[in-house]
Amino acid sequence: MIRVGLVGLGKMGLSHVSIVNAHPDVQVTGICDATGYLLSVLGKYTGLPTYDDFDKMIAKADLDAVVIATPSAMHGPMVRKALEAGLHVFCEKPFCLDPEESEELAALARSRGLVTQVGYHYRYVGAFAEVKRLVDAGAIGKVTHLLAEAYGPVVLKPQGSTWRTKKTLGGGSLYDYAAHPLNLVNWYAGETRRAGGSVLKPVFSRETDDEVFSTLFLDDDVTAQLSINWSDESQRKMSTKITIWGTQGRISADRQEVQAYLRDGDLAPAGYTAGWNVKYTTELTDEVWFYVRGEEYSAQVDAFVSRVEAGKLEGRNNFDAAAVTDRSIALIVADAAGTPTQVNAAALSPSGAEPEGLAGVAAGARTIGRSVRSLFRKAGRR
Amino acid sequence: MTSTLETPKPFTMDRLLFGDNQFFGVNHMSEEKARAQAMRFQDISAVQAVLDAAYDEGVHTFMCTTHDRIALVCDHVRANPDRYPEMTFFPGMPYAHKYANAMTEDGPLGAIKRFLPDGGFLDAAMRGTRSLARKDIEGIVTLLIDSEMKMFAGLRTPVIFLQNVVVDLLLGLGFDDAFRIFDEHVRGRYGAEPGYITMNTPKLLDVLERLGLENPVICSNINKVGFRMSGGIEGYQQLLATRQFRAIAMSVFASGAIPPAEAIEWVCEQPNIESIVFGASSRANIASTKRLVDQYWPTA
Repeated sequence: MIRVGLVGLGKMGLSHVSIVNAHPDVQVTGICDATGYLLSVLGKYTGLPTYDDFDKMIAKADLDAVVIATPSAMHGPMVRKALEAGLHVFCEKPFCLDPEESEELAALARSRGLVTQVGYHYRYVGAFAEVKRLVDAGAIGKVTHLLAEAYGPVVLKPQGSTWRTKKTLGGGSLYDYAAHPLNLVNWYAGETRRAGGSVLKPVFSRETDDEVFSTLFLDDDVTAQLSINWSDESQRKMSTKITIWGTQGRISADRQEVQAYLRDGDLAPAGYTAGWNVKYTTELTDEVWFYVRGEEYSAQVDAFVSRVEAGKLEGRNNFDAAAVTDRSIALIVADAAGTPTQVNAAALSPSGAEPEGLAGVAAGARTIGRSVRSLFRKAGRR
Repeated sequence: MTSTLETPKPFTMDRLLFGDNQFFGVNHMSEEKARAQAMRFQDISAVQAVLDAAYDEGVHTFMCTTHDRIALVCDHVRANPDRYPEMTFFPGMPYAHKYANAMTEDGPLGAIKRFLPDGGFLDAAMRGTRSLARKDIEGIVTLLIDSEMKMFAGLRTPVIFLQNVVVDLLLGLGFDDAFRIFDEHVRGRYGAEPGYITMNTPKLLDVLERLGLENPVICSNINKVGFRMSGGIEGYQQLLATRQFRAIAMSVFASGAIPPAEAIEWVCEQPNIESIVFGASSRANIASTKRLVDQYWPTA
């Protein structure tokens, strides 16, 4: 039996309390939130011990582990406190807004032998895990490009101010939506080395982004494109889709199904053949002991609990893995904030007043050359 | 708001209930298929045509969410009582994505406030420094139920369901009193039987029994492949054989993973299932499901 405390009772936090509290190997010995109203209702009706202060909970709740589901900007300091108190930590995504902090905390946890996990639950969705298995098995040969998309109906009009509307507090579609497909890209294809053409664009929000677009450059000449929009009313809920092209085929997947076109039957794992293969969530999903809102939420909690019980530091979505995604996010932020490199349109236009003729073309070429050199200098600095 | 039609006691549920997932782009198998369905049923007359087909095949109970568009179906049925003399609704509330998307923006309390008919109620409660009384929680819960039930005024709603995301969230939290409040309000205000949709029947049944809510109506996945049957297929089979509850089987085809005849044959072999809820988009499919049920589940 492990003793767990949970802090942050927002949408994710509440669902974590429900799932963790239902786990047969867990006793919830503290829940903590700054909102007195919600905390008092839960305390009164569930009987779970409540704390309005994180330090107090750490000191008094006799914990083995904590689940941290507070606004993203608070993750770093709270995770540090928990690790310093010798607690295993499950933290909501994104892990830290500053990737240096992510790396520090990953190292700290490792040095103390503490189990860590970040709530990138898509890695526990049967269909996305199947894609990982196919890619690792070489079913589509060498991966060349990925397209990672997420669309949903979160911000559909101008609205009031909460932490989720402020970029500095970890709000916006980049941290909330894009982090998930990015995390999958990193899982399938490794570390992002550079981001280009990144756009963080508000649609309705005043202080943060509602759309994210970026081209990512990974190792081995792999590229990925990210397309995110959380102001899309055509979606009933967040829907994430991954498409991967390789030298020997193509895979596309959403949470319901995997469609794989495999060119070479000899490379096909058991249950797959050359040509089209379709696998549905019903056959890709393992049953969970308790279901609230998707098997993946329960499965990730169960994985964390099992790792804590076994003292196993390695595992899907540990801090080291989440730090990779934090670095990807930071690359996109830096790229989007950089001075845009533009080609002089007038110089390229034959109908432009000046310059004209061959001289004009030569001038245009020189402008592009300068721009490209400047771009590579920038990329080298990152 | 109380249903104007008398509900006979004890109320017998139809064996086949018609569900509404197909109308709202919910498909557990394929997002492409879900979108195609959302397009097809964009016009409410397409929804009504399928409901009419179900009605004419003898499937008179519509188990539906409280999605805004259901209000149009309610209006239509209210306006044509002679066309639908047997029409019965089993509303399930709340329409979860409405709350889930609102929670991402506003947090749990903000989301609740947004859907309360009078947000001032919660404001007043939240401003108060006193600890919260049961009547406050009751007040909030019953206001939310009443606001979701408005669209069904004057229609027959003998069973009113709490949706699975809410049931299972409360179940995990151990917020057992909420079930009692729901039970009291649904019976008292609407003269209806409270129903619970869940993915965790074994755990829920234990809690409801402990609360003294006897012989509850529980709708959950019951299918041959054990899809989304938390507690395991054997656990469910044992419950059906030995415990007292009114079971409604949903997802009997496991989103298409089981061929129809095989799926229905298996479900009909399980003991003590009172009803099956299913979705379909064409009269042919409705008729074939009905035929299979008549074949494998002969009337006693």
